[in-house]
Amino acid sequence: MLKRMKPSVAFITVGLVVFVVVQVLLSVGLLNNYWRGIIFWGAAITMVSLGLNLIYGFNGQFSLGQYGFYAIGAYASADVTWRWVRGDPSGLVVVLAGTLLALGLYVLLSAFLRRFYGVTVMTRFAFYVLATILAFAIAVTVAVPLLGPVFTAVLGVLPAVVSQQIVFLLALLGGAALAGIASFLFGIPVLELGSDYFGIATLGFTIIIKVLLDNTDTILPFPEMKGARGMIGIPQWTTWPWVFASLLLVIVVMRNLLHSSVGRAIVSVREDERAAELVGIDVTNAKILAFVVGSVFAGLAGGIRAHDLAFLHPQSFNFIQSFNPLIIVVFGGLSSMTGTIVTGFFWILLLEGILRLVLPTGFETWRLVVYPLILLLMMLLRPEGVFGRYEIPFLRRAAPPLPSKADNDGAAKGGVPQEGAA
Amino acid sequence: MGQTVFRPAQTGVMLKRRNGIWLNRFSQGLFVLLGLLVVYVLGRAFFQNPSVFVQQVLNGLQLGFIYALIALGYTMIYGIVKLINFAHGDVFMVGAFTSFYAVATLDLHRWPAWIFTGISDGVMMLIGTVTVIILTMAVSATLAVVMERFAYRPLRNKPRIAALITAIGISFFVEYFGALPFVFTNNYITYPRPFELSVFSAGMIAPWIIVAVWVFFVISVIAYVWLTYLSRKGNVQAQTWKRHPLLQFGLLFFGFMAVVLTLTGVEIQTGGKVWDLSASNVTLVIMGGSILLQVLLQYVVSHTRLGKAMRAAAYDKAVARLMGINVDGVITATFALGGGLAGAAGVLYATAFKQVHHLMGIIPGLKAFVAAVVGGIGSIPGAFVGSLIMGQTEVLAAGFISTPMRDAVAFSLLIVVLLVWPQGIFGEPPAEKV
Repeated sequence: MLKRMKPSVAFITVGLVVFVVVQVLLSVGLLNNYWRGIIFWGAAITMVSLGLNLIYGFNGQFSLGQYGFYAIGAYASADVTWRWVRGDPSGLVVVLAGTLLALGLYVLLSAFLRRFYGVTVMTRFAFYVLATILAFAIAVTVAVPLLGPVFTAVLGVLPAVVSQQIVFLLALLGGAALAGIASFLFGIPVLELGSDYFGIATLGFTIIIKVLLDNTDTILPFPEMKGARGMIGIPQWTTWPWVFASLLLVIVVMRNLLHSSVGRAIVSVREDERAAELVGIDVTNAKILAFVVGSVFAGLAGGIRAHDLAFLHPQSFNFIQSFNPLIIVVFGGLSSMTGTIVTGFFWILLLEGILRLVLPTGFETWRLVVYPLILLLMMLLRPEGVFGRYEIPFLRRAAPPLPSKADNDGAAKGGVPQEGAA
Repeated sequence: MGQTVFRPAQTGVMLKRRNGIWLNRFSQGLFVLLGLLVVYVLGRAFFQNPSVFVQQVLNGLQLGFIYALIALGYTMIYGIVKLINFAHGDVFMVGAFTSFYAVATLDLHRWPAWIFTGISDGVMMLIGTVTVIILTMAVSATLAVVMERFAYRPLRNKPRIAALITAIGISFFVEYFGALPFVFTNNYITYPRPFELSVFSAGMIAPWIIVAVWVFFVISVIAYVWLTYLSRKGNVQAQTWKRHPLLQFGLLFFGFMAVVLTLTGVEIQTGGKVWDLSASNVTLVIMGGSILLQVLLQYVVSHTRLGKAMRAAAYDKAVARLMGINVDGVITATFALGGGLAGAAGVLYATAFKQVHHLMGIIPGLKAFVAAVVGGIGSIPGAFVGSLIMGQTEVLAAGFISTPMRDAVAFSLLIVVLLVWPQGIFGEPPAEKV
């Protein structure tokens, strides 16, 4: 068992080679800012799509909310570093203290709620929301005046380069954690719905988040986010090691999660919820776990993207964009991590790179006409995705999954994984 | 959180669990408080300025009737193919543009004047507008059928997600093909109404019209009650007559008309101030057209062979095929009906808001879809009621809660309804096959 969890030599080699080659090309200057942006963007969208693949491909919950969590991660981490650069540690303190407090309260609350039977979903939801509000209220009122000077002093002792990297790491983690908390709260009641209704509700979530981002300076108390005008002045701290490390982290975490017993529980929920429940799997928890982990990936990607672009605009998080991860996941092949990784990079390359370069001048607007045509052709020719269920050896599951017929005729059978599809 | 995914085996120490009913009561109380807050905000708005509030309700009604037409297409297509047809909003957009070209370029709304000189303006406008709407419906229906034939039908037996991605692809294609400079361009274009707008407020409507509308409404109510009474006693014919489209049209149209005309035509006073509400002929046209089309659709679905085939296909496609129903034909017909209604909605929407744009279909389309879900997807009355609720929510939220948050409030309503009433107001609970 343990032996299998170890990364293979080939995987490490390939990873190192990719890392070194891109790093060298970037330092030499062979890849200009444009290509650098495409690679970083591709990495971010790959992380988002891997999260969606966990939620939809492996757990069978059709979700369109991935960009909402991406936006939460992006704006939260950007706000932390924005404030830090301007000498204000409050963002950092609120995010860290609030997250930790909230997690602590969740543990206490779940222990408390387990002492009762017959507690409805909405009650659990209400209590968790109250706990979250309490945690962040404490963080804002108590932790900021207490811990703010401490953070400034401790990080001020370190050299600026080191403290900047530490703050960036904390900001990324904070953004991801906030996305996780949001998905946890949203998932408790909504994951109960299942099938298409869950997809519709998550679509609503994305739209609500976008509208809130449009009004960050008027309705929400964040004047630095500047609402619909877009947030500027975010430090551009994302470098290739950061991108590579987070992408690798996401891949490894997801792979190990799926190879564990918890991962098999997650996959079994996709195959048949009833059967999974009958063999003693806590379906609700498996769904929430997959949803939260997938959203944390999206939040992390948001932080990476925000500090690469140094500019955030609500329009880049609207629900039309949120179809991108879905398209990538389906293109690559549902429940194929390899497919998602390859297609994630390829998709950005296609949209931003190839189509922009191939189309002659004067035909720039045709880019958005050609790309849906590619989409349509692809779906007509190979609806199961480019990679189907193929995985490279490192990501392959130890025991090959049983051939499940339901995967390909979800429409005919009122049954399993495509139940979530629309 | 905090729990393992596997339930711990209940061996050894059994946890002493207590009934959590008080926790449930507490959280219900929280939600009731939240609801009361909304009621308080709206109630305060009403008592501060009742006329503004009622005016907003009238505006919401207009929006709701437009959403209803779009929602019908969503609900029928979802009911039969189980596909969220994201391209439906773009059929609506193409409908608006078709009518724009028919009116602005071809001047088609004046065609009676080309043939019959000396025709009165009112009659010409009426015939011309109806022509434009019918033409638009034909074009949109054709577009919807083409989409179905070339994109969705090849994927009928493939995973549903492939059809969904295709729907998204078609939606993008229509939107951005429309944005090309030689198609629709990507500008906001002012839409010339096929008929002139005339706003009327207190005292501008002849009292006899209001009285006549009320009389018609009362007659239809009496007829409906009487037929209900007869059918309770076992009269089969009365049951059929009760669902007659004319009667339903009378009930709905004259009901809404009576309320709107009374509110706008009669001088209502509170505290010495006249309410001074106003409505326009656009509102009335939207109301009449929307109700008429819905009643016709209801008639098609419940009284014709096609409708019977549609219901059978929605219930079980495989069995319907065994019974000799041409399921593919039924699906095509469904797309045609849905597309036609969306086209009509496009004309009405453009007439109401005087603007067309190549992305105009996205948000109304989504909201109509939400309305269909709220009303219970697959149900025609559900789409109607859900759309009215949606229109009111949007307008009241914009007016009295927060203008920029109107979309957020509308979609929050969706999530709340899904949580409280997962299958919508009129929807049937999904049959679970194990």
